[in-house]
Amino acid sequence: MIETRGLRKSFVSRQGREKKKVEAVRGVDLDVAEGEIFGFLGPNGAGKTTTLRMLATLIEPDDGRATIAGADLRADPGEVRRRIGYVAQGGSTWDDSTAREELVLQARLYGASKSDALARAARVLDGFQLSEYADRKCKTYSGGQRRRVDIALGIIHEPKVVFLDEPTTGLDPQSRAHMWDEVRRLRAEGMTVFITTHYLDEADALCDRISIMDNGEIVASGTPADLKREISGDVVRVGLPVDAIAAAAQALNSYKIETYEDNVRLYVEDGAVAIPQILRALDAAGVPLGTVELHRPSLDDVFLTKTGRSLRES
Amino acid sequence: MKLLRDISLIFNRQMQLLLRNPIWIFVGVFQPVMYLLLFAPLLKPALQVQTNAEAYEIFVPGLLVLLAIFGGLFQGFGLIAELRAGVIERSRVTPVSRLALLLGRSLRDVVSLIAQAVIITLLALLFDLRVFLPNLLLAYLMLALISLMTSAVSYGVALAVKSEDALAPLMNTVAQPVLLLSGILLPLTYAPGWLQGIADWNPFSWAVNGTRALFRGDLGAPDVWQGLLIMAVLAVLAVAWAARQFARSVR
Ligand SMILES: Nc1ncnc2c1ncn2[C@@H]1O[C@H](COP(=O)(O)OP(=O)(O)OP(=O)(O)O)[C@@H](O)[C@H]1O
Ligand SMILES: [Mg+2]
Repeated sequence: MIETRGLRKSFVSRQGREKKKVEAVRGVDLDVAEGEIFGFLGPNGAGKTTTLRMLATLIEPDDGRATIAGADLRADPGEVRRRIGYVAQGGSTWDDSTAREELVLQARLYGASKSDALARAARVLDGFQLSEYADRKCKTYSGGQRRRVDIALGIIHEPKVVFLDEPTTGLDPQSRAHMWDEVRRLRAEGMTVFITTHYLDEADALCDRISIMDNGEIVASGTPADLKREISGDVVRVGLPVDAIAAAAQALNSYKIETYEDNVRLYVEDGAVAIPQILRALDAAGVPLGTVELHRPSLDDVFLTKTGRSLRES
Repeated sequence: MKLLRDISLIFNRQMQLLLRNPIWIFVGVFQPVMYLLLFAPLLKPALQVQTNAEAYEIFVPGLLVLLAIFGGLFQGFGLIAELRAGVIERSRVTPVSRLALLLGRSLRDVVSLIAQAVIITLLALLFDLRVFLPNLLLAYLMLALISLMTSAVSYGVALAVKSEDALAPLMNTVAQPVLLLSGILLPLTYAPGWLQGIADWNPFSWAVNGTRALFRGDLGAPDVWQGLLIMAVLAVLAVAWAARQFARSVR
């Protein structure tokens, strides 16, 4: 449904008198299958939005090519526009308009007749449980309601592919769970959903497949389960007082270890065997013990092994 | 035709939002009325004319051209607010014509300017101004072309600079010499020769002269067709340029 090869984009930004070139996206290859929820996971500034804006025909790639829903991005951007929906990271509604007005206009910009546009607006308002507020100005909506309007605007013309740029950022846990259901519903209606996020749990729970992006490049792709399986073994997380971290790292330096503010993580073959040894080593070094947890690798651990940094910290 | 349909969609939306905020109509009429009431009386002696009607014949066209220029040049601010809200990006992912994104907005500006002009003309009639209807309509055409051009320029610049902080000084810098060198408030008849020489290079000076000729009832004056032609050409150029800005990438 989406295929990209070698997509690139750099920006020239001015800082005072100096011109600096930012390579936002440096050669992205993606393959997204029809009917998938595909996740794009990466920290701030990774290049997720830039990639999406290229695919949505908003900016022109410096290099590379892409086919989206059968239309070539460079040769036929008009056809790409007709087949996709795009929901920007920063929202898209006008304070003084109502959700219904926005939806009707959007449907008409996609070519719907007036009556068809009204019917479509009523349908998506209902689907996104917005009917109650539909005729109130957008500036009176809560963050979650407004985000739902954004998404409704992106799919009112029933595109084959919809790009959602961080649809859940800034929402409370309940609204996020709600949004996940909406995304699953879109997929059930036959859309391919391309979603960006920097939440690990979201990528893990919602997406069929993900690509992890860092610094303009894709560092890993696959199903969340496969990616985690690549990291063999277990993760032992030892919670410690802040001033004991250095001593613990010293005592455990024979392990593959990452230190954090109030814990260390050890990557081991078999957690059940390793834990007693770890405890003994810490005890021998006189490090006061905190909590010990054993868990299977998370996507954060995947990110860590690929980039040397933790997604939680960046 | 798709283009016309797209233009009317954008235009209707913009008109709807404009009418939702009637405060602008009030502000847009209040200021010019103050000029009519408080500034025009100074003109009779300054212009060395005998009657109020003659003074208004010179002053009202200038005032209307002034409103068309300034009203247009500052439309870009609204567009920057739309950019920030993501409305422009949302439109740009649809197949809507990029020219329509511009013209729908510019035509709203033209319509609101003409509404303003009609109100001011009606008020000036109370002050004994008399103007022949066909001439008045031609004068409105001149105003429409001016405001189409200035609003398109303002939208194009707004899309290029993307911030109010940059747009405001830019537009002021353009507007001030244009205003001073066009004889808008006072005709340049008594200006020194060098000043008149510069004014000849100011297209708005031609527009003002043409509009004044129309209000005077001098339809045959070359100022009329020259002013209309210059404004039409500039309006087409401005629209073509600004529509390209809408098509280009916009953050
Ligand atoms: N128009 C632009 N001009 C200059 N630099 C830009 C522009 N757009 C993006 N960048 C830069 O490109 C890089 C990638 O930005 P992008 O918005 O794609 O990241 P992102 O992954 O979406 O991040 P976030 O999670 O914060 O949304 C950043 O360094 C950003 O500053
Ligand atoms: Mg982003």
